[in-house]
Amino acid sequence: MGLIISAVVIGGGLLWILYLSIKGQDVDRRIVYLFVGATVALAIIFRLEFGEVATPIVKSVFDKIENLPAGSKIVLSYDFDPAMAPEVNPMANAFIRHILEKKHRLFFMSLWATGQSLLSVSLNDVLKPEFPDAKYGVDYCNLGYKAGNEGVLNVVITNFRKMFPSDANGNSLDSLPMFKDVESLKDMDLLISVGGGKPGVKEWVLFAGDPGKIATAGGSAAVSTPLLYPYWPRQLIGLLGGTKGAAEYEAELIKTHPRFKDKGMPALRMMGPQTMAHVVIIAFIVIGNVAYFRSRRKGKQS
Amino acid sequence: MTSKTAMRILTAIVALIFLISWIMKSGSGMSDSAFTNVRDGFLVTFAVFLTLSIFSFLYRDNPFYKFAESLYVGISAGYWMCYGFWSTVVGNFVPRASRSLSEFFHVPYQEHADHILIYIPIIFGLILLTRLLPKIGWLSRWSLAFIIGATAGLNLTRYLRSDFISQVSNSFIPLFVDWKGVGDFVNHISLAADGQFIAILSNWVIFVGVMCGLVYFFFSKEHKGAFGVASRVGIWILMVTFGASFGYTVMGRISLLVGRITFLFGDWLNIL
Repeated sequence: MGLIISAVVIGGGLLWILYLSIKGQDVDRRIVYLFVGATVALAIIFRLEFGEVATPIVKSVFDKIENLPAGSKIVLSYDFDPAMAPEVNPMANAFIRHILEKKHRLFFMSLWATGQSLLSVSLNDVLKPEFPDAKYGVDYCNLGYKAGNEGVLNVVITNFRKMFPSDANGNSLDSLPMFKDVESLKDMDLLISVGGGKPGVKEWVLFAGDPGKIATAGGSAAVSTPLLYPYWPRQLIGLLGGTKGAAEYEAELIKTHPRFKDKGMPALRMMGPQTMAHVVIIAFIVIGNVAYFRSRRKGKQS
Repeated sequence: MTSKTAMRILTAIVALIFLISWIMKSGSGMSDSAFTNVRDGFLVTFAVFLTLSIFSFLYRDNPFYKFAESLYVGISAGYWMCYGFWSTVVGNFVPRASRSLSEFFHVPYQEHADHILIYIPIIFGLILLTRLLPKIGWLSRWSLAFIIGATAGLNLTRYLRSDFISQVSNSFIPLFVDWKGVGDFVNHISLAADGQFIAILSNWVIFVGVMCGLVYFFFSKEHKGAFGVASRVGIWILMVTFGASFGYTVMGRISLLVGRITFLFGDWLNIL
């Protein structure tokens, strides 16, 4: 029902704009903004959702985490800020759920100061309520943020304790049981960076994954995703690109571990508005071209 | 009505809506504590005000947008500075510098760390601040020289290894993946994303794309004949790449819009 109402409202509006354009009237840019906003709002209100299937680039990250033996060591780096959060936070939360479900050891860190605060939100909203048995220092730990961008990676690739004398809570790393057999990043089984700026996934490939020959995966904001594709599949084992990548991962997670079905997967919910907005933008491009070619033909005739 | 009067009326309306929203959100709070409800009501209302202030730029530039923008820049700078202090000065310097300071900041003291070496970055960090004093501001160039030199050296080797040599190596891909003859290929042809046909097609696209892209940037020979055709294909490949980048950018921006509208409808209006 929601889809029909949305289609009628949006379709009617688009036809009106097409009519104005064909008549040669200018359409104000604010009408375009309003239209995209209304489309997204309608899709959110009517909770439009479309099915997602994991593509190979996403599936390979999922399979890696799925097939690692329990107790494997995985670093998850929060390299983003609130501006990127709507896109990449769902990926980070999906990674947390999957990693802890498979009983791996999870090492959180951040190369962005804002990442540490967003990480604490994930810990409080996802990790602690959904995995009450996970023990700090045994199943997961939070190293927090360190200034220095790729310089941080350059140090922790040989020695964690030099850069992180203590974790984010002030505990010495030697006091955490999960750090007993960890000297550097080279002791990790998988590195995952979730971000979209600098430092981000690219820096993790260049300064950690490649020199340490460690399996590296990423989740990136859509804007920077095309620049990361060349690293797949040899330098990056997989990549989640924008909301679409996050939604594919969530779909795969629900398929394999149905207990997460009622956890309100945000990326899957976002793909409805996303798809509708894309349809409207494509329609605007078509309308613009139709109006342009009509005006050119009229110009030639006159 | 002058624009100044109109602005005053608009500000009064915004303030009134803000107050009504704050009162209503505080009243609908779920906590037992009245203070928590009032605080949370204010925070949600203020976040809504900032979101709408930023959106108002789509109509035209205005003081509300300017206020939200300045607040964002100021808070970001302060936030990063505070985190820099707590993570680097308290997190890395204090545990190696002094036992009493470590106890004061509740961080574990490191007895066997290289205590002398840590003063080198401290000195460089302090002289970077001499930029604030014009007479000795030139000292800060030493720190900048160190930062630029170290970063350039570090990046040069890593970019050369991972972004150049490894990328060249990544371009050497089989053009006939799992090839067992034409008959086997035709019998098993499918459009599955992980199938043989798509793998072969992808590798051919990469191969042709790389070769034609390189030809487009080869300027020592006139782009004519077969060379010209390859160059034309190269520019098409570049256009497709830019289009894909733009498509991803649109997706990113729409995601942010979805995030904000979800916040407005969910946290503020409670209609989701």
